[in-house]
Amino acid sequence: MDRFVYLTFDGLSRGAVYAAFALALVLIWRAARIVNFAQGAMAVAAVYVGYSVTEKTGSYWLGFAASLVFGLLLGIAVEKAVMRFVDHSSPLNGVVVALGLVLIVQGVLGILYGNEYRPVETPFRRDAFEVGGVALLSRYDVFVFAAVGAVVVALTVLFTRTPVGLRMRAAAFAPDVSRLLGVPVGGMLTLGWALAAAVGSLAGMLVVPTELGLHPTAMDVVFVSAFTAAVVGGLDSPIGAVTGGLIVGLLLSYVSGYLGATVAPMAVLLLLVVVLLGRPGGLFSSSKARLA
Amino acid sequence: MTGVLQKSPTRSGQTLARRRRRVPPLVPIILGALLVLALTYVLPPFRNYQLATVGAYFTVTAGLTVLTGLNGQLSLGHGALMATGAYTFALAQNRWLSMPLSVLAAILTTTLAGVVIGLAAARLRGPYLAGLTLAVAVVVPSVTSTFDETFNSDMGLSVALDPPPGVVPMEQWQAWLCWAGALVTAFLLATLVRGRFGRDLRAVRDDETAARLAGVHVARTQVIAFVVSAACAGLAGVLFAFLAQSVSPGAFPLTLSLFLVMAIVIGGLGRLVGALLGAVLLVALPALAQTASERSGSQHLEGNLALVIFGVVLVVVMLAAPGGLASIHTNFRRKR
Repeated sequence: MDRFVYLTFDGLSRGAVYAAFALALVLIWRAARIVNFAQGAMAVAAVYVGYSVTEKTGSYWLGFAASLVFGLLLGIAVEKAVMRFVDHSSPLNGVVVALGLVLIVQGVLGILYGNEYRPVETPFRRDAFEVGGVALLSRYDVFVFAAVGAVVVALTVLFTRTPVGLRMRAAAFAPDVSRLLGVPVGGMLTLGWALAAAVGSLAGMLVVPTELGLHPTAMDVVFVSAFTAAVVGGLDSPIGAVTGGLIVGLLLSYVSGYLGATVAPMAVLLLLVVVLLGRPGGLFSSSKARLA
Repeated sequence: MTGVLQKSPTRSGQTLARRRRRVPPLVPIILGALLVLALTYVLPPFRNYQLATVGAYFTVTAGLTVLTGLNGQLSLGHGALMATGAYTFALAQNRWLSMPLSVLAAILTTTLAGVVIGLAAARLRGPYLAGLTLAVAVVVPSVTSTFDETFNSDMGLSVALDPPPGVVPMEQWQAWLCWAGALVTAFLLATLVRGRFGRDLRAVRDDETAARLAGVHVARTQVIAFVVSAACAGLAGVLFAFLAQSVSPGAFPLTLSLFLVMAIVIGGLGRLVGALLGAVLLVALPALAQTASERSGSQHLEGNLALVIFGVVLVVVMLAAPGGLASIHTNFRRKR
């Protein structure tokens, strides 16, 4: 029972990170109808920047801020320089271009930093508090919950309570009409990419210290988990992405806790297959998704 | 023919049919075989090894270009399918030491894997399919750690091989076998896509509803396309295991799958010639990057420079000429 409780909290903490990452995928999907397969690589690049700044200045928080800012700028650059020019007559094109970006980012990081795993420090200790002899949460887990929670609240407020959020939703929903009404559709798209990339960087900063360490391919498995989370929630739904992230986190935690860590990726693959074949629109899709 | 993006499928379809009727696929295959045979006697051993690697890559890119270019299904999981073929080959070879039997076992296993993924793939479109196959590519190598008694984890397995017959040097023997596999594959694929099935493939890619109305069984066509290209990937995996004389998960990373996509995109989706061009680039570009990094003396450049080049090429080709290098000419003609 103690173990179950511990695994549950551990899973929720992992799940929060996947939720943030899935949220980034959903943001871009809603804005541009592209699944950003380069999200993981972009996040790793931002984490490397944060790592370098932390190493130079000795301050984790400066590195943290630098990473988010770099993620934001990278999102803008990718949208303005590459994604804007993708021909959308086939959904494959966006995917292939994103895969090209993955290769570029991983190659550049490898050239600049080398291909060995680098251990990354956490700002808080990772040993868990005990309540009545049961290990529950570490300080780091609390930090993860707070950070992801703040992002979710901020995005919700942005999209539902501010004029900018309204314009972004309008630009995504009906680009032509919005343009006639004076909404800068291109700018809103860029903003969407910037926000998504920043959220992705945050997820990267949170997840990398808990895994093997920093490596150009460190986010590959995380990307698969987050993609699964986004699909479980339905690619269109931010609430679905958060719920999907928590579901995937719990699944991973239970499977690696009870069956062994090497089985966990297969469990994610299985979940992805089951959801895609059973409910391709996601568990929370409100309208029937059209796939073709 | 010019990739997933073409604006007037009928027209290029007609030119395609006319061109195909003129040149029966057997002629270029025989010419290619003779050329390779001649080359293997001239080239030094290392070049022969590279030539063999081109053949192994061509085996998988040919299958993948039929799947992605002609049928419109993007698979990022072909690296994993190659790993499936390679491991089956290694296990069978180490038990029975009979090449034909092991190759057959490997192709059968990969075909079976192709049926499973293909059945799922036929219900998925665009980014969903790409995501699922990406998951396959990322997850499958970790299977080797889960069942480490069979697969020996990250260390991999060595492959027991018979020595080449007579006095043939190893590299030459490798080049012969790899190109035999590649050319047989190319011949079968070319024959397959020439006929009614090829038309069905393109019809499904261009407009599923129209294809269905015209009596094409959409799902069946998609599953068969996936299975065929999976079998090609399985054979390519065998050839890779045969070349390296060992298999390990590190030989089939996600980047391998991405490289394969790059190879078929750059040569023009749906063309076997494009697949061949891509296979040549997959061997030539890393070799050039290797030379460049040795000259600059930086260890970090090694391998990574090739990644960057491939990525840049992929993005530029996709933005400038989505039909691949071979389509620039066609686009020009069409605009005029």
